[in-house]
Amino acid sequence: MKNGTKKTFSAGLGQLTIPIIAICLLVIFNLIRDPGFFSIGIMHNNDGNIVLAGNLISIINGASELAVLAIGMTLVTAACGGQDISVGAAAAIAGSVFVKVLKSVPSISGGTVLLAFLSACVVAMLFGCFNGTLVAVFHIQPMIATLILYTCGRSIAYWINGGATPTVDSPILSGIGSFIPGIPIPTPVLIVIALALLFKLLFHFTSLELLTQSVGINGSAARLNGINATFIRLLSFILLGVCVSVAGTIGVSRLGLINHETLLLDVEMDAILAVAIGGNNLGGGKFKIGGSIIGAYVIQMLTITLYAMKVSSTDVKAYKAIVIILLVVIGSPVVKARFEKWVAQFRTPKLKASTKGAE
Amino acid sequence: MQENCLLQMRHIDKRFPGVLALSNVDFTLRKGEIHALMGENGAGKSTLIKILTGVYQMDGGEITVDGEKVVIRSPQDAQNHGISTVYQEITLCPNLTVAENMFIGRDDSLWVKHKDREKRADEILGKLGIPARSTQQLGSCSLAVQQMVAIARAVDMQCKVLILDEPTSSLDDKEVNMLFDLMRDLKKQEVGIIFVTHFLEQVYEVSDRITVLRNGELVGEYLTEDLPQVELVAKMIGKELDELSSLSEFEEKKTENKEVFYEASSLSSSETVPFDFSIHKGEVNGFTGLLGSGRSESVRAIFGADKVTGGAVKIKGEPVKITKPIDAMRHGIGYLAEDRKRDGIIAELSVRENIILALQVMNGFFKPISRSESEAFADEYIKVLNIKTASRETPVGSLSGGNQQKVILARWLLTHPDYLILDEPTRGIDVGTKLEIQKLVLKLAEDGVSVTFISSEVEEMLRTCSRLIVMRDRHIVGELKGQDLNQAQVMKTIAGGEA
Repeated sequence: MKNGTKKTFSAGLGQLTIPIIAICLLVIFNLIRDPGFFSIGIMHNNDGNIVLAGNLISIINGASELAVLAIGMTLVTAACGGQDISVGAAAAIAGSVFVKVLKSVPSISGGTVLLAFLSACVVAMLFGCFNGTLVAVFHIQPMIATLILYTCGRSIAYWINGGATPTVDSPILSGIGSFIPGIPIPTPVLIVIALALLFKLLFHFTSLELLTQSVGINGSAARLNGINATFIRLLSFILLGVCVSVAGTIGVSRLGLINHETLLLDVEMDAILAVAIGGNNLGGGKFKIGGSIIGAYVIQMLTITLYAMKVSSTDVKAYKAIVIILLVVIGSPVVKARFEKWVAQFRTPKLKASTKGAE
Repeated sequence: MQENCLLQMRHIDKRFPGVLALSNVDFTLRKGEIHALMGENGAGKSTLIKILTGVYQMDGGEITVDGEKVVIRSPQDAQNHGISTVYQEITLCPNLTVAENMFIGRDDSLWVKHKDREKRADEILGKLGIPARSTQQLGSCSLAVQQMVAIARAVDMQCKVLILDEPTSSLDDKEVNMLFDLMRDLKKQEVGIIFVTHFLEQVYEVSDRITVLRNGELVGEYLTEDLPQVELVAKMIGKELDELSSLSEFEEKKTENKEVFYEASSLSSSETVPFDFSIHKGEVNGFTGLLGSGRSESVRAIFGADKVTGGAVKIKGEPVKITKPIDAMRHGIGYLAEDRKRDGIIAELSVRENIILALQVMNGFFKPISRSESEAFADEYIKVLNIKTASRETPVGSLSGGNQQKVILARWLLTHPDYLILDEPTRGIDVGTKLEIQKLVLKLAEDGVSVTFISSEVEEMLRTCSRLIVMRDRHIVGELKGQDLNQAQVMKTIAGGEA
């Protein structure tokens, strides 16, 4: 039995190996390049709070929206075997609703912000329902189904605030977007931690994880075991909707305004990439939310590293692409199989001994 | 008679790694005859066909077409020798027109005269009496017509030998008759047709001759009129009839008349005709019949696996509604599906997760089985059923077939069902495990669980079941119990009672 538990552990590590190695390599690379790259300083920000600052903080902080979206994207990928490419547009809608509600109340208070967030959340869940219905009920490929909202989402966001890009200013919003007075850690980072914990609890108190994986791996068998696959797939899109509204709210709060054209532009591709780097199968099935979150940080760390190397913002995308090609190829089943074969060559004598022992 | 000979296959051998798929098989096809190729699954029918069509290369033997020795290395070679195949699944392009489908890949020039092509297509369609227009999209035709277009295409390629591989399995009665008319037409034009099917009655309707294979060996070639259906079944299964009757020592099995657990009247699904069925508490019954006779579809209807279209169901005398699997599960019914890979295992999930799946679904979304509980369940059933796995966390897909089957059995046993439906639980697994599963079935029945047991191996069912429901061509044609439970009687009923 001891042998068995050990095996599980190594199998669990297997999925996270690539993203963890990627992060380590990036850290080492940066430390060699500039030993002070990861130094964390304490400083006073504009509001006079004591806060943490430094490249590491800005990486973790900057990746928050991406990490939030990657959580939801992982679920949709696992259950449906496809990706939602409308998350950026949907976040723009959620952000617009958030601002619209704040603009329509006389004064911004904690209660109204909560109300605004809940409204954004409901709207994002409704759009998730729309995408989910196309995928789960009508069996349209996720990427095609979500292409609709991808195309028209930012127009809808434009209508919500009558074409304007209104600003909202409130200490509560800056509390969400940057720092809460007295807490030196950026709030978006705390939100990611809270959301990740929330999903952890969801998996603990419901059978969602098992059901989602079953539906994603073998829908036909899942159905014959009484699982309502349609519901599970729809639910994954609705949960992604929740993530979308959280990401939209963070984005709006950071800037203090809603720009429906630029809010979280192109984030969907990074979110899908985060899921892939996290070692999750984009064809659905087994998943690890943690992998996707690490994947999001890998992407952000890569971007910041390149900026720190004074690569111009136009060139960054090309360099990013090179690294990502490497990561994806290394994580591919072909390379993995080769690698495992190679490792097995060294392990064979040991393995034989252990199976003999088991018998 | 030799002159009449169109195709001869002599002493054909074919080896696959570890198996002799065909051993010294002869097959002769004459001009203008419909020749049925019969045998159970794995008898070597499709291997023989694939050698003839160039998909496989034979390891020994020779093939002659029109008296000339030929070598067939590829499907293209086969076509050049006038051998065409129409497969069970339509292999044409539904989004092209009928004419385009008939000529695709056969025109030499890039410049196609559509009008000529359509005229030619209409001519052929007319000659063969196929109800389709050349300009019609193929996808808009019925399946039967699509199949006929495929045949027309083959015929127009000057085919001498036409192979029809299970052409009728997705057609209804009327369409089957249309196809048979076309086959008889082609026969007049001296085409030799090899007809592979598992519908016995269709064999007797159209074929002139029957060749039977069993376990990769030739059993014999017979004139259809000389071979009664019962004998055909006996030859396919491999037991001579008299031999069987003497073998079958009648064994008294207890058929206690306990309370009825499940009762369905005129139950039907999208895949079945309405049927009546009931099972007692602690009874083991079986559905038997050849493949495609509707036995799996019937039990799927009971479990709600296919869309249920009508009928009344009572459980313990109470009327209930079962339209989807979860309904059946809530009423204490478990179902082990025929296709383990497609409908059973969740390959990448662990043995543990696979075992608890059905119970978890029944417990509901908000009552997850805790890790420690699920580990205890998994360990218990790994021990009880003697599942050979490296650990409970091993992905179930990496286990052997027999152990995968045990995992699925464990999954249903864990739900403590009152009625367990096992569709081909012993297919493709080793003899030892087969016996274990049979024993388990009998033990469950002793404990008061009703079991429906389906197997392609009649002996296995005779050993376990106290009542057999016999199906042929989607209808229940008989119910055997007590003294009638012997192989000869089963085969007689499968073949049709007239013999």
